[in-house]
Amino acid sequence: MSGNNFTVSPAPHIRSGLSTRAIMYLVILALLPSGVAGIYIYGFSSLRVILISMISCVVFEAAFLKLRNRDPKIALDGSALLTGLLLAYNLPPEMPFWLPVVGGAVSIILAKQIFGGLGHNIFNPALVGRVFLQISWPVYMTTWKNPRWAVDAVSTATPLAKEGAPLFNYMDLFLGNHGGCIGEVCILALAVGAVFLLVMKIISWHIPFTFIGTVMLLTWIFGGDSMFSGDFTFHLLSGGLVLGAFFMATDYVTRPLTKKGKIIFGIGCGIMTVVIRLRGSYPEGVSYAILFMNAVVPLIDRYTKTRKYGLQK
Amino acid sequence: MLRDYARTIFFERSREEHYMKKLLREFSKGIFIENPTFRLALGLCPTLAVSTSVVNGFGMGMAATFVLVGSNIIVSCVRKFIPSKIRIPCFIVIIATFVTIVELTMKAYFPLLSKSLGIFVPLIVVNCIVLGRAEAFASKHSVANSVFDGLGMGAGFTLALVVISAIREALGNGTFLGLTILKGFDPALLFILAPGALLVIGILIGAVNYFTEKQHGA
Repeated sequence: MSGNNFTVSPAPHIRSGLSTRAIMYLVILALLPSGVAGIYIYGFSSLRVILISMISCVVFEAAFLKLRNRDPKIALDGSALLTGLLLAYNLPPEMPFWLPVVGGAVSIILAKQIFGGLGHNIFNPALVGRVFLQISWPVYMTTWKNPRWAVDAVSTATPLAKEGAPLFNYMDLFLGNHGGCIGEVCILALAVGAVFLLVMKIISWHIPFTFIGTVMLLTWIFGGDSMFSGDFTFHLLSGGLVLGAFFMATDYVTRPLTKKGKIIFGIGCGIMTVVIRLRGSYPEGVSYAILFMNAVVPLIDRYTKTRKYGLQK
Repeated sequence: MLRDYARTIFFERSREEHYMKKLLREFSKGIFIENPTFRLALGLCPTLAVSTSVVNGFGMGMAATFVLVGSNIIVSCVRKFIPSKIRIPCFIVIIATFVTIVELTMKAYFPLLSKSLGIFVPLIVVNCIVLGRAEAFASKHSVANSVFDGLGMGAGFTLALVVISAIREALGNGTFLGLTILKGFDPALLFILAPGALLVIGILIGAVNYFTEKQHGA
């Protein structure tokens, strides 16, 4: 999967040295700056959420593997850790301790193991866990915490939930000086991780750039009071768009295989996000958009099936 | 002479026993082996919609059982007179009659239940369990068999609804029959919403399949 010249396609295949475990740990490494930023901004309660979420994911993975008569050591392959980390990044920094535990159980058992474990899940496990918590306990999931620099910060909701003109300047949004989920606030830290993944060729540009591009284009056209006057920078910098586009929509298991498929996937995610953000009843739509497009991936894959090697049309 | 008589009585009795056993089998198959919800996956639409509380689930199950038994009896009675080409409209008319009876009775005596079940009571007309039993069973079997088939299927449907709605009400609302189960328990709202219904039904069907397979495998 590394190297520009290779695409995932029908045989013949060339083996690369990169194992699933290595990829998982590299993605976790890329996510670390954002976690550090989240802990720095919101204090140690966010570290607690991250740790509980990661530990419970690994424990549930090991327990369920045992139940399925598989080697429980597979739970240490990094995928459960990554799921736990991504789940925590999508949670507010302060919440009852059992909430991340339930989220981890839903992510690992309902979204992953029931479908057959790593590589077989249709939906992104971390997002399923987050959406489950979001629908089940909306009060806990929308109780935000003030950032450390807050002198006059608005403590009620994420910027997206605010009615009318946003009070935030772009620098605050970029650095994460506002209420939000642990891992989504500091765009700077996320960008560092994203660049790392792109340089290491763990992810390709297709999904994140088409996703973000579609969101910016559509919010520019439809986001304002009149056509072509929307504040697209605000929509780029707020909410979970950057986290979702670079780290969750690109999940190897739940994305399309071909380049063309990835572009369709990214555009679809963008359209769904904008529709939910601007017209839906929820302020944020990234997680629902990605889950929705996850469901469509088999269709996209069928539509963009590549020609078999050596086969004439 | 006497021996012949004794033999006749014996055979009569064993035939009767055999007959009763067959009826009982028609009844019991609906509850587990051919449970309409968990095994045949029929009637899922009302199951998803009304299983938000045990009261709703039980009421819906009872209403459907009444319609099932009634329509099974009538369809079985007239099975030899209905031309096969127009049998489905005939079944629907018969079913609709019983649904109207249920609907009006419920409105008169259980107005609250009727209000919370809403559109799903008149929709029993198109419930595929009812039409399915009329087509697959009652139009081919005797009245007695059809009665027991309807009772069994109704009981199976009611059982499934009560189990599903008990889980959903307990997890989603923290109550059973409206009484709080555990103080301090934060109910997960998701379970009384639509995704909760799909999750619970999916997991229950999986569990039923798992145990059935285990039983047959052993």
